[in-house]
Amino acid sequence: MDILSETFGWLTTADNWWGPSGILQRIWEHLQYSLLAVGFALLIALPLGLVIGHTGRYEPGAFAVSGAARAIPSLGLLVLLYRVDPLEAWPAIIVLTVLAIPPILANTTAGIGGVDAAARDAAQGMGMRPAQVLFGVEVPLAAPLILAGIRSSLLQVIATATIAAYIGLGGLGRFVVDGFAVSDDAMVYGGSIIVAALALLSEGMFVFAQRRVSVTRPRREHLGPADPVTIPVPTTPGGVIP
Amino acid sequence: MNLARPPSWSGFSIDGNWDVVWYWTLVHLRITIIALVLGAVVAFPVGLAGYRWRRTYPVFLGVSNVLYTIPSLSLIVLLGLGFGLGLLNDRPLIVALAIYTLAILVRNLVEGLRAVPEPVTDAATGVGYTPLRRLLRVELPLALPAIFAGLRVAAVSTISLVSVGGVLGRGGLGYLFFEGYRRNRPTEIVAGIIASILLAVVVDLVLVFSRRAMTPWIRVRAAR
Repeated sequence: MDILSETFGWLTTADNWWGPSGILQRIWEHLQYSLLAVGFALLIALPLGLVIGHTGRYEPGAFAVSGAARAIPSLGLLVLLYRVDPLEAWPAIIVLTVLAIPPILANTTAGIGGVDAAARDAAQGMGMRPAQVLFGVEVPLAAPLILAGIRSSLLQVIATATIAAYIGLGGLGRFVVDGFAVSDDAMVYGGSIIVAALALLSEGMFVFAQRRVSVTRPRREHLGPADPVTIPVPTTPGGVIP
Repeated sequence: MNLARPPSWSGFSIDGNWDVVWYWTLVHLRITIIALVLGAVVAFPVGLAGYRWRRTYPVFLGVSNVLYTIPSLSLIVLLGLGFGLGLLNDRPLIVALAIYTLAILVRNLVEGLRAVPEPVTDAATGVGYTPLRRLLRVELPLALPAIFAGLRVAAVSTISLVSVGGVLGRGGLGYLFFEGYRRNRPTEIVAGIIASILLAVVVDLVLVFSRRAMTPWIRVRAAR
């Protein structure tokens, strides 16, 4: 039997979907790790980015920190930290959180800092207090960019969480790692398809959300310069930061 | 060094194991270079087509965004099993990395060419450049900074992604991460991390200096 029909068989066998190591349970674990990490990253990076972008202070610092943090080889760090406490999931969650911070921080800072000064001045002129300017004017205008940051964070975390299966973490990477260990190609292939589908689904949802929150009209010109939304922090290919 | 026979790590210290680190660094570099060259060779015609026939570019962007979104381990497996490259060699890893490189480079090539000011291309046409000669002598040189910016992103991310292959028992320095984990040798992991950072820094510097050497006019303008 060829690999495609074998994988189709694996994906359509009900027993593979249910139970404590079934596909549904693994999807749930994967989502848990990813959302926890991005959630923690949001708690740290979002307020920081809002304040830095609004005041304009330490802005180069925020970008420098984001850039340097991206250079940390998270894969190596993941493996290393896991040696510290091999029976717990928290080292992995910490690494995934560290990984999720830079895109959110950089995009929030760039988004808020890049709001047209005229819009800000007008809001102040109307008598808005600083907090009102921030949440009433700057955040809505920067929303697509902030969402783009969260989107690339989530993508990176989903991809890296897959690799974390190697060090015993649950999630969808288990199928790839376990299947590879016992040469079960259908399991490896099926698991990879589900991971790819999850990543594409999360991207699709964010693309949709970004359009919805955009208060300015969408750009009709498809042939212009690169999509401004992706300029400050381009997504790393394959979702993995070094 | 003979790349066919990997030296094996012994003991828990870095002493006596420098050859192991050096070996995997070379393997890492080799995979990186092959993937970059492969990606660049394909990116060039695709990018020129996207520049010449504007309609093809959005189509390319759509496809490359989807490929770019697929997590690396997933893409390696899809290529290895789905396209028959096999999982027990470096080919799926190299092709996956070449695809990511392609996605980055085409974008930068097209944007770089489009950013060439119209008066410049008009002037070239006016003094009698044929379209091909104008492309080679005027447009491409002016797009070099954008092309190199793309190359740098592609190189640094490729170097980091090679390690993902470690999950499948390959992947240059990634092998040290995962073997160090399996055999409980933190030094081996740390050595892999440091070598990986250094490799990225060195390759990035090489690209920065090549860009400077190939675009001398930028420095002249800045000096004035």
